[in-house]
Amino acid sequence: MQKLIIAGQEFNSRLFLGTGKFSSNQLMEQALIASGSEMVTTALRRVDIQNPDDDILKHINPDRFRLLPNTSGVRTAKEAVFAAELAREALQTNWLKLEIHPDPKYLLADTVETLKACEELAKKGFIVLPYMQADPILAKQLEEAGSAAVMPLGSPIGSNKGLITREFLQIIIEQANVPVVVDAGIGAPSHAAEAMEMGADAVLVNTAIAVANDPVMMAEAFKLSVEAGRMAFEAKLGQQLNTAEASSPLTSFLDL
Amino acid sequence: MSFSDTLNQYDWDKTKADIYSKTKQDVLHALNQSSCSLEDFKALISPAAAPYLEQMAQKSMLQTQKRFGKTIQLYVPLYLSNTCSNACVYCGFSHKNKIERVTLSEDQILKEAMAIKKMGFDHLLLVTGEHQREAGFDYLMRAIEILRPHFSQISVEVQPMSTEEYQQLMKVGLHAVYVYQETYHQENYKSYHPAGKKADFKYRLETPDRLGKAGIHKIGLGCLLGLEDWRSDIWYTALHLSYLERTYWQSRYSISFPRLRPSAGGFQPNMEISDRELLQVICAFRLLNQEIELSLSTRETPTFRDNVFKLGITAMSAGSKTEPGGYAVHTKALEQFEVSDQRSPKEVEEMLHKNQYEAVWKDWDKFM
Repeated sequence: MQKLIIAGQEFNSRLFLGTGKFSSNQLMEQALIASGSEMVTTALRRVDIQNPDDDILKHINPDRFRLLPNTSGVRTAKEAVFAAELAREALQTNWLKLEIHPDPKYLLADTVETLKACEELAKKGFIVLPYMQADPILAKQLEEAGSAAVMPLGSPIGSNKGLITREFLQIIIEQANVPVVVDAGIGAPSHAAEAMEMGADAVLVNTAIAVANDPVMMAEAFKLSVEAGRMAFEAKLGQQLNTAEASSPLTSFLDL
Repeated sequence: MSFSDTLNQYDWDKTKADIYSKTKQDVLHALNQSSCSLEDFKALISPAAAPYLEQMAQKSMLQTQKRFGKTIQLYVPLYLSNTCSNACVYCGFSHKNKIERVTLSEDQILKEAMAIKKMGFDHLLLVTGEHQREAGFDYLMRAIEILRPHFSQISVEVQPMSTEEYQQLMKVGLHAVYVYQETYHQENYKSYHPAGKKADFKYRLETPDRLGKAGIHKIGLGCLLGLEDWRSDIWYTALHLSYLERTYWQSRYSISFPRLRPSAGGFQPNMEISDRELLQVICAFRLLNQEIELSLSTRETPTFRDNVFKLGITAMSAGSKTEPGGYAVHTKALEQFEVSDQRSPKEVEEMLHKNQYEAVWKDWDKFM
């Protein structure tokens, strides 16, 4: 399996995890380990970035995981940039998952503000991974604005509905020059495998693992499905055909 | 346009009759929907839904876990003042009651806040009676300014204000405002709220509109269960919520369920709501709205809270004192209501852990 490379850094795992909704931080840590993930995102608003003993942060081993702070909760580009700078200083990382969702109900990304923030943050030297609508034009614009990857949604955050945006994800993947990470809505390992088979570079999963009856086993299930999907992509899936191939082709007379 | 225009399109008696005429079929229809309408909600809060409480609770628990995970946010009220110019007939702070009136000084506020910090809290709810001179806008502004460096999230439950005043408070760090209509019964409202600014039904009703216009992060709604027919009041609360969500789509919303309990010599509820019925209301709200914060205070007993928190609740207070100075300053002020759950925040956290839930102490930050 090829390694994933984002902003020059190699990752063995193509599964990213979130840290929300777990019933305990111990369980979260076990699930992170079982997933084989090397990239973990956590909301800045949930952690005390000034406190080295923060109860969430101390369960994310920096030798094993790259911490990807996210700006969930901010409503504007201005707030996002401010949050990013605080995070960079306190957590000593310039990696950032940019999330701007002014709508607290479906947590959908604000396209205008996301693009604005991405441009500014990239200029300030951040490695920006923006959460975004599955909009192929926006994906190209974010790429031009300097994003290190793009993170289009499969369906609304936490909905577990899978790849409702499938057609647009396919276009984004086809046109992308940066890694495409399908974020949000992935509710089952089969959804993750589907995204990987389509050629997504990675997927981010949180709710489906955190809320499972057995989050650790579910984390492992996702690990396997992401690997299976990626391997299938690299092995080149057979094309799906709507009709059977005729055993006496129309052009066979030419061979006579 | 405000919610007042919407409310005026509905007739209390007709709404009430609608709710009470819902049948088993209506309840089953509501339970089978993936998203529930306000008409379905009538069925879920109706007497016809009582036999289906178990199904409602199962569904409510799963939907809550999907959105919020196995977590409960913890918060605590800080009572700053019990002076009040209203005369609400059910409230201990009514200006007609001859009680010791206390408004905390800046030093006292900080002393209380430090005691609260030590209990582990990072989210704070400031509460006052409604008194313009003693605990009005300027006083609150100052209180938020001095508390802001110490807490990630500051909310208030105080007298209604103007949009401009809310905007100014937001600039110094106000996150959320809880303002309860108490009852949506316009005529009877007057008899419960005979004096003070609170006597103005419409001004209070339009407070969430003013908050929405100010762009506040979160608006808390609720009615006092026990004043009027609680099923009707609950439905109007849901109507209010649905109007606000569509109009002020950038704000989040929260619902609380304060219920009046019969008390010796005190105000007697006109209609009691039982534990079963309160749970029915909580589950019905979750089935109506999967994103809403549902909050349960220490008014409720430990037994009720320990069993109900999984079934739809997302936020709980703990270790609450409902008199100004209750945490550290210790004045002679009387509490606003009797706290039924006297456990410390740590004990509540342990209870959550025992049930395999995580307590969330921080879910916001000063920079936001």
